[in-house]
Amino acid sequence: MSDIKVALIGNPNTGKTSLFNRLTGLNQKVGNYPGITVDKKVGHSKLNKAISAEIIDLPGTYSLNASSLDEDVAVQVLSDKTNENYPDVVVVVVDIENLKRNLYLYTQVKDLGIPTILAVNMADQMKNRGIDIDMQSMESLLETKIALVSSKQNKGISFLKKLIVDYKSLSTVPCFIDEPSVLSKIVNTEKKKHHLETVRRYQFIKSVLEKTYSQDPQNAKDLRSLLDRVLIHKYFGYLIFFTILFSIFQALFSWSAFPMDYIDSTFAGFSEMARAHLPEGVFTNLLAEGIIPGIGGVVIFIPQIAFLFLFTSVLEESGYMSRVVFLMDKIMRKFGLSGKSIVPLISGTACAIPAIMAARNIENWKERLITILVTPFTTCSARLPVYAIIISLIVPAEARFMSFNVQGLMLMALYLLGFGVAILSAMLLDKFLKLETKSYFVIEMPNYKLPLFKNVAYTVIEKTKAFVFEAGKIILAISILLWVLASYGPGKDFSHAKEIVTQNYPDLNEEELNAEIASYKLENSYIGIMGKTIEPVIRPLGYDWKIGVAVITSFAAREVFVGTLATIYSVGSEEESTIKDRMRNEVFQDSKKPVYSFATGVSILLFYAFAMQCMSTIAIVKRETNGWKWPLIQMFVMSGFAYLTALIAYQILK
Amino acid sequence: MKGSTIASLQKGERAIIKSFEGIDVPLKLIEMGCIEGNYVEVLQRAPLKDPIYLNISGTYLAIRIEVASKIMVERL
Repeated sequence: MSDIKVALIGNPNTGKTSLFNRLTGLNQKVGNYPGITVDKKVGHSKLNKAISAEIIDLPGTYSLNASSLDEDVAVQVLSDKTNENYPDVVVVVVDIENLKRNLYLYTQVKDLGIPTILAVNMADQMKNRGIDIDMQSMESLLETKIALVSSKQNKGISFLKKLIVDYKSLSTVPCFIDEPSVLSKIVNTEKKKHHLETVRRYQFIKSVLEKTYSQDPQNAKDLRSLLDRVLIHKYFGYLIFFTILFSIFQALFSWSAFPMDYIDSTFAGFSEMARAHLPEGVFTNLLAEGIIPGIGGVVIFIPQIAFLFLFTSVLEESGYMSRVVFLMDKIMRKFGLSGKSIVPLISGTACAIPAIMAARNIENWKERLITILVTPFTTCSARLPVYAIIISLIVPAEARFMSFNVQGLMLMALYLLGFGVAILSAMLLDKFLKLETKSYFVIEMPNYKLPLFKNVAYTVIEKTKAFVFEAGKIILAISILLWVLASYGPGKDFSHAKEIVTQNYPDLNEEELNAEIASYKLENSYIGIMGKTIEPVIRPLGYDWKIGVAVITSFAAREVFVGTLATIYSVGSEEESTIKDRMRNEVFQDSKKPVYSFATGVSILLFYAFAMQCMSTIAIVKRETNGWKWPLIQMFVMSGFAYLTALIAYQILK
Repeated sequence: MKGSTIASLQKGERAIIKSFEGIDVPLKLIEMGCIEGNYVEVLQRAPLKDPIYLNISGTYLAIRIEVASKIMVERL
């Protein structure tokens, strides 16, 4: 017997996903619906010894009126019998404390004629809240079977499974019947019709609840008002928010430093191992210089990304994030953003990719677009290695300003600069973007909840996995491409590098000779030629062709910068101080002045602060805005601005 | 009292939703229970007066003044 197909549907914040996790365990997969960016979660569950179910977790939705992408998906799956996900039975998950609103969706689902089960979640709260339900009459009025479940305490799940097994005995009759005659007479527009139908559905639900549901009003006051009083207080609210924010940053950078160093050295070790144990040849080189560092470049971001998802999912699960949105909305709106933009802007300090995906919650298209466009200005973790090495070159470690470490201050200034430019460009975009959009800002303020460890863990695992595979594919492909471009070159200069260098430098020892050959080869490889080609363009910024190569390669991903320079200055696997010393001693070929002067350093920092150098971000912006227009505009404007500021800075400072 | 909207309610005031001025009220809000006859209570205004945090018939949500000023109510 084939699996029973089950669809889970429910309002946001009803614990639908917890229930899904309870039913399927880790036996689940997140994919995409074809052509759109809504996550599709499917899992398998054993109902009893003989029968199992394929469970699809539909996106959280308030209705089936298809006014958003998420709702659209639900409508398509449930109303089209030929859809591959069309279920045998639907489980509508509702929250016991807000049955009125939750049942609205239920009545709509019931209209579709699919066997439907009502799962009343958070049943563990019944006693606490003094809630009483007359199950029998509610079942008959709603034409269904009801399972009282608690995904938190893992109760009622086996009963729900039993109901699913018996799905054939469920009623397929709608429970709410509107009077079509009334409808067609008074109403002329589609919108008014919806409105009126909504009102009548609510009347129906009210009548059902009056007969079957009672709550002791004494238990109404709760945690909510108490916490709200503090968390969205005029002063304390902001104070708490900024304290939390600050702690998250601290944690992101200090906690992830250790695993990141570990990953870095492990992958360097893998490369060494590959070189040591495999026969010399093209494949070994590709593995050791292209593929392994490429994969390492993805894996190294896992700690930061995982921590970031951990914090954001705790903030969201607990209900706190909605309060922050509420606090910040008016302020953010002054800059053309929404209170909901705060989430992407914060996440952007780890990585712009998940940050841009988080902008989906913004209903207003203009606010969402501006958020997507400015988020890459926030200083992501990939810029950190670039900043670190350049700052250490142009500012002495012992420099102090008012007893603060100047290197540290400079780093902080770069973060503030990124954030400031994001806000400023949002303001400009707000002025110049002519988009007619209505302000549909509605945010639910959910009950405060202690986040369930299981839910948070699943979110972190799932999202990190998605990042590694989505972004990983691109970064890996580019690393391989870069390796090819740097390992091959046209003409004699490249193929006869060894002879030429040996002739020119007859008295070098073997190690020095090898280093010289490597850098000569690079100079004449495809990528070296590209660097030389763009040299006239970047010379006014204070860069030589070598920095040019690093700039080109870091259009793939910024963190490639340091690695590229390390290769170019042919220091290979030696320690960092050697790279730095080499950079410090580097001089322009014509003028013999040091390359990494203060002016060039500042110019590089500004360029990296503003330029759109990240293929994965471009790819994600293309996906989220459904076309090439915005990512291309974004790339040219950001990079143009970067070029301009770097140019001005260098010309003034040199 | 004529002319009252959700935007004109004070913190802690309760009212009954009467009608919608214009059709600019988002459908999502209506689906969340913001319909004629339901009660609404202003729980709090954000520190800069906007948005407004409401309890509409048991659903807790926040909306901007722009929308709140289009929802006519009768004070209780």
